[in-house]
This record gives sequence, C-alpha cells and structure tokens, in this order.
Amino acid sequence: MTAEADDAPAALPGDGLREGIVDDLRARIGDSLVDSHIAPNDDLWVRVATASWRETGEALKAAGFTYFCFLSAIDWMPSPYGKGEDDPDAEPVEPDTEIKQGVTGGETRLQLLARLTDLDRHVGVTIKADVPDDAAVMDSWSTLYAGANWHERECHEMFGIGFNGHPDLRNMYLPTDFEGYPLRKDFPLLARMVKPWPGIVDVEPMPADDEDDADADAGTDGDAT
Amino acid sequence: MTLTDRQQLSYIASQAADARLNVELETEGMTLNIGPQHPATHGTLRIICRLDGEQVIWAEPSAGYMHRGYEKLTEVRTFPQVTTLVNRIDWLGSFANEVPFILAAEKLMEIEAPPRAQVIRTILFELSRIANVSLFLGDLGVQMGAVTPVFLAFRDREYVLNLIESATGGRFHPNFDRIGGLKDDLPKGWIDEARQSVKKLMQFCDTIEDLLFGNEIFQSRMRGIGVIPAEVAKDYGLSGPNLRASGVDWDLRRDQELPMAWDKADWKVWTHPDGDSWARCWIRLQETRESCKIVEQLLDQIPAGPVMTKVPRIIKVPAGEAWVSTENPLGEMGYYVVSKGDLGPFRVKIRSASFNNISVVPWVLKGVYVPDVITILASLYFILGDIDR
Repeated sequence: MTAEADDAPAALPGDGLREGIVDDLRARIGDSLVDSHIAPNDDLWVRVATASWRETGEALKAAGFTYFCFLSAIDWMPSPYGKGEDDPDAEPVEPDTEIKQGVTGGETRLQLLARLTDLDRHVGVTIKADVPDDAAVMDSWSTLYAGANWHERECHEMFGIGFNGHPDLRNMYLPTDFEGYPLRKDFPLLARMVKPWPGIVDVEPMPADDEDDADADAGTDGDAT
Repeated sequence: MTLTDRQQLSYIASQAADARLNVELETEGMTLNIGPQHPATHGTLRIICRLDGEQVIWAEPSAGYMHRGYEKLTEVRTFPQVTTLVNRIDWLGSFANEVPFILAAEKLMEIEAPPRAQVIRTILFELSRIANVSLFLGDLGVQMGAVTPVFLAFRDREYVLNLIESATGGRFHPNFDRIGGLKDDLPKGWIDEARQSVKKLMQFCDTIEDLLFGNEIFQSRMRGIGVIPAEVAKDYGLSGPNLRASGVDWDLRRDQELPMAWDKADWKVWTHPDGDSWARCWIRLQETRESCKIVEQLLDQIPAGPVMTKVPRIIKVPAGEAWVSTENPLGEMGYYVVSKGDLGPFRVKIRSASFNNISVVPWVLKGVYVPDVITILASLYFILGDIDR
C-alpha cells in the first residue's frame, strides 16, 4: 500500500499504451519506422531509418517523451579476441564472425541506441537506428535534447560515430591523439592480452557436480534449503 | 611652472598604465580552474570557469580523470562477476549499483528472487541510500565553512555501514546481490540492531536540519541560487532529487513495476517547486527520512523462506536485451544489458546518474558568482566514479 496512490498521475503502463505509441510514431514519421518490438508488460523498442534519426527524436519529443535518458551504441560484431579467459592449453576455437543484431534486427555492424521516457504516462522507449558501415555519421540530437551533447561526445570517442550538427565532439576521457575506438569489438582489451584472466577457475565444474547435468540445474549458489 | 622632460615622461607613463589597467579590467577575463584536486569536487573533476570580475561567464566540467572503462570490462566478465565492477561506480552507495544489473539479468532469465530476498534487497538498497546521502548532508556544511556537520555525518554513517558490514561482509563494496537472490540470509540479531540504527539516523536528520537548514547563512547561500527549471532538468536528463527539486514528480521506486518491496511500505515522494540549490538539499534530507521509514516498516514484514531461488550454478543468460533502471541515491541508474546466450554479457550500457546530472553544469553556472559555484556543485551532488564509470 503506497501513500501516494491517490495522487499518482497515471496507472502503470500496459501494452495497449505501448501499441498506441508505436501507432502514433508511425503516423508522425511514416515508413521511416522500420520495426518495433513490445516485450509483454515490460518494454518497447523501435527501429527507425538512419536518415530519420533526428526526425524521430523530434516526433517523440512532440509526443511527450521529454525526458532524455541516454544515448549510446552497440557494436554487433563478435569480438575476435574471445573473453581472454580461455584455457591456454586447449585447442583454439574458431571465432564466431557472424554479425547478428538483437531486438528489432538491423543491417549494419554499428547501431545507435537511445532511450527516452515520458514522465507523465510512465513509459519509456528504446530507439535504435543503423549506422552506415562506410560513413559512420548520424544527425545530432544535441540541439533537441541538451543532455545528448555529452552522450554523443562519449559515443564519438568510444565508437567513432560522428554526429552532424554537434557543437563540439572533443574527447571526454581519452587523450586527444588517442587512436582507435575502445568500445568497438575489434579494439583489444590489452590487459587481457598480456595476462589471461584467472576467472577461468570460476567456470570449472566442482568435483561434486562433475556429472552430465553440471550446467543444467545441479545445485544453487546459495543454500536454499 | 613648466614641466621638466622627466615629469612629462612620468605623467605619460602613469596615464598609459592607467589606461592599460582599465583595458585589462574591462575586456580581459580570467580563467579559474577548480580542481581536479579541489575538495569541493568530491574526487577528480576539473571545472574550468571563465570569469568576468566575480561572475562566471562560461564554465565547462572536464571529467575523465577516473575513467575505468567498465563498459568494456563487463564484456570479458561472466554475469556474476560484473557486480564486483559495478559496485565501484557510486562507491558511497554500492549495494544500490548491483541491484539494477541483477534485475536486468533476472529479467532475461525470466526468474525472480524469492519474496524474502526482495525485501532484504530493498532494505539494503535503502540503507545504502542513507549511507550515501547522510555523508552528502554532512559534507554540505563543509562547502560553506561549517565543519561540525561532517563529523556528525561520519559518526552516524558508521551505524549504517556497520549494519551493511554485518549483513554482507563488506562496508563499502558488499557484492552481496546474486542472480536469483542474495548470497546469504541476515545474521542473527540484525533486525533489532537495524531498528536501533535507523532511529539514530532519524535523529541525525533532525540535527542536520537544525544545524544547517535552519541556519541563516546556509539559507542565504542556497535560496534562489542555481535555479534549474523543470524543462531544462528533463532536457538534460537530470534524475533523482535534482529532478524532483525542480518540481517533477518522478520516482522510479514508485513509478515502475520491479520485483522489489517498495510498494509494501508507506512513504512519500517529495518534490519542491523552486529548483534552486536549497530545494535540492532539502529534498535529499527528506528522502533520507523517507528511507529510514521504509527500512523501519520493511524490518517488520520480512517474510520467511529462502533468500535464493533455484538457479544453475553456471549461469548462462538467454539471448536478449533488457533495460532496468532504479532510483539510486544519486538518481536514475540503469543498465542496458545485451546477452547472446553466453556466460557473460555481450554489451552493457551503464547509464549513471551523475553523468547526466553534471552535464547541466555549463548551463547552470553561466552568470553565477564565484562563491556560488561551490554551493551549486555541492547541491547537484555527484560522485566521480558515477560520472566516469
């Protein structure tokens, strides 16, 4: 029982509300809305065309999504370096090179990702857009959402994605003359290259569980009894 | 009387010096560096201010002195190992950092912690908020030259840290949350001890209110200074008390469904219409009291049962994407977790509160006077680990 039940602005959102948001967005940006996904009673994703990234931001802001949560990117290429905790004596496994995008799909290696929240309707939306492989440049949201300024700077520094119309894409963390984009998967984590992570002991089967069902549901971490 | 050559030259020279001085005063500003080692920056944040006389005409925070690359490091960890990293993002309220990540992993695995674990999680979450914000309240005085509150804060925070330590084994970095529940149950006698400690923290809040918030100097340094309107706050993505101090009624503990126990307690979300430094500090004071209330009530209703649900010992999280954010001491802290069905996450985007909260600094510092820079920074309340990650 909560004290604020009587003055809460709206009930917690349902999937109907999320469907309404998708329809509303489709009415505003048309075919630029490539795909959408609703996790039942949980969350909403939309994927929009690269060219209409800024237009989507404008449309969603007009639709009530005035709270800027974050903006970032995903590099969908599997890391060619593994996790750095493989057994050094074992045969090297063939690294997985297939680029497979997640929710709402995609066609490019890099995807831009942003989240906006509607504080009145208590609902958030995650927006994705493909970043062209040959020219990783997108339109900037920094004049639309002031908070996007720093997030785009971070994204530029870590993923090498440029932003048209951003006032100042200086590095935040790294030296100005740093080469490479650390959060791209093909950027090696040198600490792991130099010294393999001892965490490998964590995934070895314990003697007692050394049966076939070791990785099924053999036991629990905590003592549940 | 005729001027000698020497007198003439001297006169011309003094006129020239005066003119130069005037020109310098009128047109040339001064750059003031605050930090990276300034006590008011709570770590290593550098603020570059361009001054015109006593007024700031341009300011820019320069973060990145503490960047540890957690988003990259999570990609080479297994899911249970990630909590060790994210513990160190906001180091004053560590347990609260673990919770949204664990909840995101549990969401992907479609499991939920048992009710007992949910309540204990919520209690520890609120205790870490009290530990975090009580230090802020004490530190607030130091920024204005009042030294007493900080000693009180360090003394009384110890009660909370002792509680967290006796339950989890770690004072600052509990690493207690597990996918599917908690590492252990509470030790014997902990609940009674917690009741005593929460009472002491309530008294601490009263003391601080008398010492600081009723103080005339404090009020004149805080009231009407550094006003952030609601529109600007939302635009920059300010969260937590900074957002509520601008009059936006938004609290993720109340406004979303999570498998936590906040809805089992009777508490209030405070807002303030002013949006100034005073409002931000006052909201935090009230929230500490509300947290104490939440803990007090939840201590009475911890259900019986296990604290850990049945999970495989080797945790593989099914492929998918999940976003979970919670109302952490500093504001909205969220994790966007992408899993590809492996032992570890494929990508984790860490949305930390201070990063957004501090990005408003260039906007809010424009036009303020130098002494107010420190109080505004203090009232925005950031933790360096939470900016740089």
